Amino acid sequence: MTTGSVWEWIIKSVVIVFGLLTGFAYLTLLERKVLAKIQVRIGPNRAGPMGLFQPLADAIKLIFKEEIIPSRADKIIFVLAPIITVIPALIILGVLPFGGIITLFGRQISLSLADLNVGVLYITAIASISIYGIVLAGWSSNNKYAMLGGIRSSAQMISYELALGLSFIGPILLSGSMSLHDIVAAQKPLWFVVYQPVGALIFWIATLAEVNRAPFDMPEAEQELTAGYHTEYSGMKFALFFMAEYIKMIAVSAIAATLFFGGYRFVLEDQYPILGPVWLLGKVIVLLFGMIWVRATLPRIRYDRLMAFGWKFLFPLALANVFFTAIGIVLEKLWLIPLLTIAVFLGAVVMVGISETRRWRSHVF
Amino acid sequence: MAFWDYLPIAILFVISAGLAAIAVGLGHLFGPRKPTPKKLEPYESGMNPFGPGTRRMPVRFYLVAVLFILFDIEVVFFLPWAVVLKDLGITGLVEMIVFVSILVVGFIYAWKKGALEWE
Repeated sequence: MTTGSVWEWIIKSVVIVFGLLTGFAYLTLLERKVLAKIQVRIGPNRAGPMGLFQPLADAIKLIFKEEIIPSRADKIIFVLAPIITVIPALIILGVLPFGGIITLFGRQISLSLADLNVGVLYITAIASISIYGIVLAGWSSNNKYAMLGGIRSSAQMISYELALGLSFIGPILLSGSMSLHDIVAAQKPLWFVVYQPVGALIFWIATLAEVNRAPFDMPEAEQELTAGYHTEYSGMKFALFFMAEYIKMIAVSAIAATLFFGGYRFVLEDQYPILGPVWLLGKVIVLLFGMIWVRATLPRIRYDRLMAFGWKFLFPLALANVFFTAIGIVLEKLWLIPLLTIAVFLGAVVMVGISETRRWRSHVF
Repeated sequence: MAFWDYLPIAILFVISAGLAAIAVGLGHLFGPRKPTPKKLEPYESGMNPFGPGTRRMPVRFYLVAVLFILFDIEVVFFLPWAVVLKDLGITGLVEMIVFVSILVVGFIYAWKKGALEWE
């Protein structure tokens, strides 16, 4: 514990925060470009070559927009809510390893901010806090749409958080540690997605619901709630909500890459540790592309179906996944885990199919 | 020392909070401010707003919140158990199965009672 290490932490924190901000800016551009390509449009192409300065133009526009605080809104909470939403999104990656140890200016520098021995618990805790900002925003606006959006999103996020929390258990069971550094180290021979295919899928679906992305974007459904919890927000306060959503997308993709896809490890990383962040970024971009693709392909699902899917399908399936993983660990037969979990997953899909067909035949909706 | 492990997180928190506050402050500084009573009304798709904006909500949401607390605590119990399962072996697995089956009985009861239905 020296002054030098404090400066190191400050520099790393600034790099993480501004890295995420840059990532956010270009993720919005990437999303608009990919959606445009999928819908056979061109997308933003005016600001700079290939629209590369579009995020900058958007930021400048939002700074100079008029901000409206509706009459009879709770002013303090109304202003605080976007800040409360964006902080968890920025600090959730504090425990993530971005790479191994590199030597810079004759100093051994580890490419991560903190190595908490309760890293996974920290992630679940911070992910839960981000609900507060959204609920408070909806409540303080004194607007019916915002109120409905806030309540809907809180119910949706806590419902999917159960499945999300249970899908964290698989990698912990396999590595025997809650530290993300140990989880990455344990994946050196084989990525955990091989042992946890169903767990990774559950994690993926639950995080889509956690960050309010399509097809789970009920809280901000434009067609029925105008914009959900941020109906009354404008200017930079709106930008902060937007920022929180996209930074959370990046964060959950990075966490998914770390838990299931080997983290920063890939070919040549052992010889050249500087490649660690590059490989991690590559995996994150692939996962983000998947998220955008899902948004372009799937329609929004109905609210009662959303809750039923979370509680009646995803949660029991996640519980079964943990159970069979634990059996594989205790019997020390790891190859059993993917076989059993995939069998259970297929069985569950068939059961849902049968019950839905029956409902369809009897016209009970 | 365990406390120092969390200092980097505290630094990251302060920097993010400062950044968010600066962003909101920038909007306040540079944005125009010409409020009119009509402009400050809550948005209701162009209709004149009536009644309070925050009103009573369906009790279903409360039920979901209570169920969430129950099962989230279960998930929290899973975490330390998952770390040491390799040492506990079959005993740990059986104990967890007993604990979870009690909760699953409650889950099935809530399901059959219709607590998870939305119509």
